[in-house]
Amino acid sequence: MSVLQIIDLHVSVETDQGTKQILHGVNLTINEGEIHAIMGPNGSGKSTLAYTIAGHPKYTVDSGSILLDGEEVTTMTVDQRARAGLFLAMQYPVEIPGVTVTNFLRTAKTATDGVAPPIRTWIKEVRDSMKQLRMDKSFAERNVNEGFSGGEKKRNEILQLELLRPRFAVLDETDSGLDVDALKIVSEGVNRAKENTGLGLLLITHYTRILRYITPDFVHVFVDGRIAEQGGPELADRLEDEGYDRYQSKAVAR
Amino acid sequence: MSATAILTTAMPTAGQHGITEHSDGRFGYVPVQTRSDRFTSVNVADFGPVTGREAVWKLSPVKKFTDLTTGALDGSQYPVESISVAGVSVAWVGRGDSRIGSAGAPEERASANAWSSFEKALAITISGEEAKEITVTRAQLGSGPRGAHTIIEAKPFSRAILILSNTGEARLTENVEIILGESANLTVVSLQEWGDTAVHLTNHFATIGRDARLKHVVVTLGGSIVRVNPSVRLSGAGSDTELLGLYFADAGQHLEQQVFVNHAAPNSRSRVTYKGALQGQGARTVWIGDVLIGRDAAGTDSYEQNRNLVLTEGTRADSIPNLEIETGDIKGAGHASATGRFDDEQLFYLQSRGITEDEARRLVVRGFLSEIVQQIGSPVLEERLQAAIEAELTESTPA
Repeated sequence: MSVLQIIDLHVSVETDQGTKQILHGVNLTINEGEIHAIMGPNGSGKSTLAYTIAGHPKYTVDSGSILLDGEEVTTMTVDQRARAGLFLAMQYPVEIPGVTVTNFLRTAKTATDGVAPPIRTWIKEVRDSMKQLRMDKSFAERNVNEGFSGGEKKRNEILQLELLRPRFAVLDETDSGLDVDALKIVSEGVNRAKENTGLGLLLITHYTRILRYITPDFVHVFVDGRIAEQGGPELADRLEDEGYDRYQSKAVAR
Repeated sequence: MSATAILTTAMPTAGQHGITEHSDGRFGYVPVQTRSDRFTSVNVADFGPVTGREAVWKLSPVKKFTDLTTGALDGSQYPVESISVAGVSVAWVGRGDSRIGSAGAPEERASANAWSSFEKALAITISGEEAKEITVTRAQLGSGPRGAHTIIEAKPFSRAILILSNTGEARLTENVEIILGESANLTVVSLQEWGDTAVHLTNHFATIGRDARLKHVVVTLGGSIVRVNPSVRLSGAGSDTELLGLYFADAGQHLEQQVFVNHAAPNSRSRVTYKGALQGQGARTVWIGDVLIGRDAAGTDSYEQNRNLVLTEGTRADSIPNLEIETGDIKGAGHASATGRFDDEQLFYLQSRGITEDEARRLVVRGFLSEIVQQIGSPVLEERLQAAIEAELTESTPA
């Protein structure tokens, strides 16, 4: 049973105005097969948490730990983390000129598995996943994210999630900018990936919308760089009704 | 109908990250002359001293090769290696050879200096309808300033792939004339894999006869300053040319190409596609693409494009397509230019999928440049070039 532990994590970022503390001691444990939703207002540090787990060079871990099955993740390079089984579905996936989706997927699969996937089954696997995500076949020969619409980029992220089969995935506002049809397709993909691989999920979102299609086991309210409240799915319903004001006023008063 | 378009894309320094300039039909721009009206002469004395302000020189580091523009040149024969192939003759011919001067004439001083200096011209003559491939290698030009002249003639209905392979040291200015007879089908690949200090200025003048087809490929990977200017005149009705280019500039390298396609006959077709990658401090590339569709070129079909991939900070890519149209009765004419970066976010994205930094860089460049390599039509050469690009990427991993 795999486990991803985030222990008293403090993270800062360099800005033009100097060093800015963003995460002030985050504690979170995700077991394989669990879905955790992290909800919070804009600027609360949700995305920072996502990118810190993935190892984006912009963020500095000042103290604390991220452990994957007891192994320290924060000292690993970005690609080492991915090969160890971590995945980040990005909010704004970048375009990669000159690299087709096919070529990219095969290279990434080879990198994460350590061996090239067997050609025949791999091609079929890619085709099936694309079909289920309602991605046209022509996507395979297009350059990664180049000229993709917002919804197409998100589907491409979930395609990778399904094919690379990570142990833990962080979905950073995967729901943002999606219409309801695209949201359903993307959610189905996430649920399918979980069913097939039993991965653990950290779902970062501003809205409760996606939680109608992906049911979380735990909901964490993220305010001012730390977790302010935890609960089950019912907490999401409450946030839907009340919003984040309650937490924010508390944060200000403090 | 007359139209002129200028487009400039430069992606130079850290301070200008993300800034591109694009102006199409810039207000107030008046062309000084049509491209075909430029002064030409085979006599170096007809050209004034090179200042670097001339249209043909303004983006070149002219101070670094004054020996080639103004100095005395060694115009003697040099060692040439080639394996004999049926239907291809490789020989030295005198200045009186009737083919000399039939494809073009110098537009600038280095070109004229070479023309005035060469003692004998290397003549590669191709005949016979069967497909064949020949490689002509120059590897021992030495480090003294040289002038040279080459004639490539494809007889009517002949067919061949000719690879001009350049390695070793050189300080060379030269002219290459390419003459295609009726219905000839010739591929010329000019391969610049010079040593690190080499300076090479070359002008390729091609004239293409009726229904003939020239595929011209410029591949520049090595050398300090390499300037390859192909100028193709579509002289015969139904003539066709495909101009491909691939360049990879490392730190301190200046790689330049000024391409000119002159549609001078009806129903001619041209495609220009140049792609370049830049990596390392001071890596510099220049691409200027001029297309002229003349009064007699009804039914012309033309398209030119340049793409640059910037891999690191501290590089500069200039990209300037120009289109001049003197007849309204054409099939199509277009141009495109784009210079994009491989940046930290792209690297992060690829790495976050388990791909190492080196592999990520290779993946991007390989994908970007292989579009050109795949169109050469010589499997052996294609494989060799893929390996050469791979080597470029491996040996010069940026800091």
